[in-house]
Amino acid sequence: MKVGLEHYLLISAGLFSLGLLGVILRRNLLVMYMGLELMLNAANLALVAFSRYNKNLDGQLMVFFIITVAAAEVSVGLALIVALYRRRQSAHVEDLTSLKF
Amino acid sequence: MQPETLAWIILALPLLSAVGITLFTRRSAGLSAAVSVTAVAAAFVASVVLVLSYRGLHIPSGECLITAVNWLNVGGLSVELGLRLDPLSNVMLLAVTGVGLMIHIYSCGYMAGDPSYARFFASLSLFMFSMLGIVLSSNFVMMFVFWELVGVSSYLLIGFWFERPAAADAAKKAFLTNRVGDFGFLLGIIAVWASLGTVDFLDLQRTLAGDPQALGDFASLAGVLVFMGAMGKSAQFPLHVWLPDAMEGPTPVSALIHAATMVAAGVFMLARSFFLFELAPAWPEPLGFLSGISALDVIAWTGGITALLAALMAIQQSDIKRILAYSTLSQLGYMVMAVGCAKPEAGMYHLVTHAFFKALLFLGAGSVIHALHHEQDIWRMGGLRSRLPVTYWTFVVGTLALCGVPPLSGFYSKDGILAAAESRPILFGLAVVVAALTTFYMFRLIFVALRGEPRAEAVTHAHESPSVMLWPLRLLAVASVFAGFWGIDAALRSGLGMGGDVAHGDHGSFLAGVFEPFGHAPLAAFLGLFATGIGFAVAWTLYGSHPARDPLPERLGAPARWMRDKFYFDELYSGLIRWTHDAMAGVVDWVDRWIVAGLLVRGLAGTTDVVGRALRLVLTGNLQTYAFLAAAGLVVALWIVVL
Repeated sequence: MKVGLEHYLLISAGLFSLGLLGVILRRNLLVMYMGLELMLNAANLALVAFSRYNKNLDGQLMVFFIITVAAAEVSVGLALIVALYRRRQSAHVEDLTSLKF
Repeated sequence: MQPETLAWIILALPLLSAVGITLFTRRSAGLSAAVSVTAVAAAFVASVVLVLSYRGLHIPSGECLITAVNWLNVGGLSVELGLRLDPLSNVMLLAVTGVGLMIHIYSCGYMAGDPSYARFFASLSLFMFSMLGIVLSSNFVMMFVFWELVGVSSYLLIGFWFERPAAADAAKKAFLTNRVGDFGFLLGIIAVWASLGTVDFLDLQRTLAGDPQALGDFASLAGVLVFMGAMGKSAQFPLHVWLPDAMEGPTPVSALIHAATMVAAGVFMLARSFFLFELAPAWPEPLGFLSGISALDVIAWTGGITALLAALMAIQQSDIKRILAYSTLSQLGYMVMAVGCAKPEAGMYHLVTHAFFKALLFLGAGSVIHALHHEQDIWRMGGLRSRLPVTYWTFVVGTLALCGVPPLSGFYSKDGILAAAESRPILFGLAVVVAALTTFYMFRLIFVALRGEPRAEAVTHAHESPSVMLWPLRLLAVASVFAGFWGIDAALRSGLGMGGDVAHGDHGSFLAGVFEPFGHAPLAAFLGLFATGIGFAVAWTLYGSHPARDPLPERLGAPARWMRDKFYFDELYSGLIRWTHDAMAGVVDWVDRWIVAGLLVRGLAGTTDVVGRALRLVLTGNLQTYAFLAAAGLVVALWIVVL
């Protein structure tokens, strides 16, 4: 079968959903974070697919930015998680309810 | 000088006196008295000149002189400051300034030594100004303004010794009771103006003469409402409660305001606006059950009931001024009754003669009170005949005039009223009974307070009052005796447009004039004399032997107590007022407690609280909940946008 744009987009959507489910359903902070990364990469995939399909390099340019930002975000986020772990001695998200009323 | 100019001068003199005393002569007692007395004397002289020059103009009966200044022109209401001169106002002018002058002179002696001497004369002058304003008014609105001014003067004078709580309360009571009457008065004026477009007396009289149906449904209601003003001012039942309390004021005030002039203003107003009351009965729809009753019926019965009630209350009082106050109430009832029997000239005649002898009686009482150092209880007097001869004899003259003994003035005026009442048999009988009661309580007063032996220590030291107080008594006594022969009734008849009976006033000889009532209305004259005789006889039997205590309570038992307690009207009114006040306060309290504080304030706060608590549940603190909600929101938004 001919592989068209829609296949790529479908995969991208599927990856995004899986990432979202990971964020919502998993209880370990690090695994939640991995889901977050998965969502970002799903977006990347979609952008590259569009770029290839439109015969335009704009999408790939955006991917560069996204990768950079994701990397920076990961370093900051992991630093926060480590600091939180040292404070609370737990990486379990259900223990983090200080903002509850 | 023209009568019109004189009228303005007469009105202005007391006003200038009042203002002058208040602004300039407060410190000097003598000067204030001099200013005030001069103003009234000048006003009296001017009144005499005015009346004489008016006579000289030979103005036909039913017409008058009016001089006016345009004052108010608002919407459909046009009011002028006008002075109206006709025989009715002329008679009142002479009476008011004459009696006023006597009382001013008397006050110089009576109020001597009082620290607020100047304020007294300023208030008296203010009163004279207001009263003359009522007498000279040419329209309802101007009369109402001066009506209120008279009420204010009365308040100031009753509460003259305001440090005494009883006096301050009495002044408030007088003013508030008057206000109730004035409320009706104002409604009546508005009704008349709304229907007829004018408030001027002459215009109203001409309009109603031309078209008696002009007031339509409101004819009787307007009449009754206007009468309410007279009810308040002239202390008719049920607004009579302020007059006895008004005796807290100094005796000259009681004489001037509450005997001779202010309370008479109500009767004067009834005579002035009589054309309003003689319309055929007509009531609006909701009051249709009153259909047979005319305004005159209401007036006549109110007057009759007042006369009887007051006379009954008088026979058991033991304060000399209160006896005279109830007597005034009773005589006012007579006057109002006469107006109600369609004879306003009889009511006005009695008003004038009553002014003379009632002022005399009050001033005499003041002389007694002054001599006994402010003792007012008649059971602590007695034996004053030899010690205060002038006071005693003038008091007797005044009493004889009040009881209607011929040939004193009171006989003729009272006979006029009894003759007027003959058209209403029940009221006629009532009037005769009141005549008997009047004689009874007045001679009770004389026997107990003036004759017999002294009942208290203070009496033995009593001596006659100074000349300045005695001359007014003598002059008023002369007036009480001879006023029947001065042609007052003829003048009043011509002034009230009933001049058709001029032949009635032309006596062939002086002697014919003296005995005229016996020929003109024999039943009234003889029954009146008979009633006087009976009253005297009963008084002589009970009090002639100078008992130490009042024998009447034992004879009558409970009714005597009711009479002494004034038939509990004061208690009834204060209870009614308290009940109304509590009910209204209760309602307002409920509204404040439940609606304002409960519903609006706490309700608002509570609602905010509940909504807040509900919204709080969103903040679980759980990260994943937040993530889920964010994603869900995003899906919804996309759904809406894309689809």
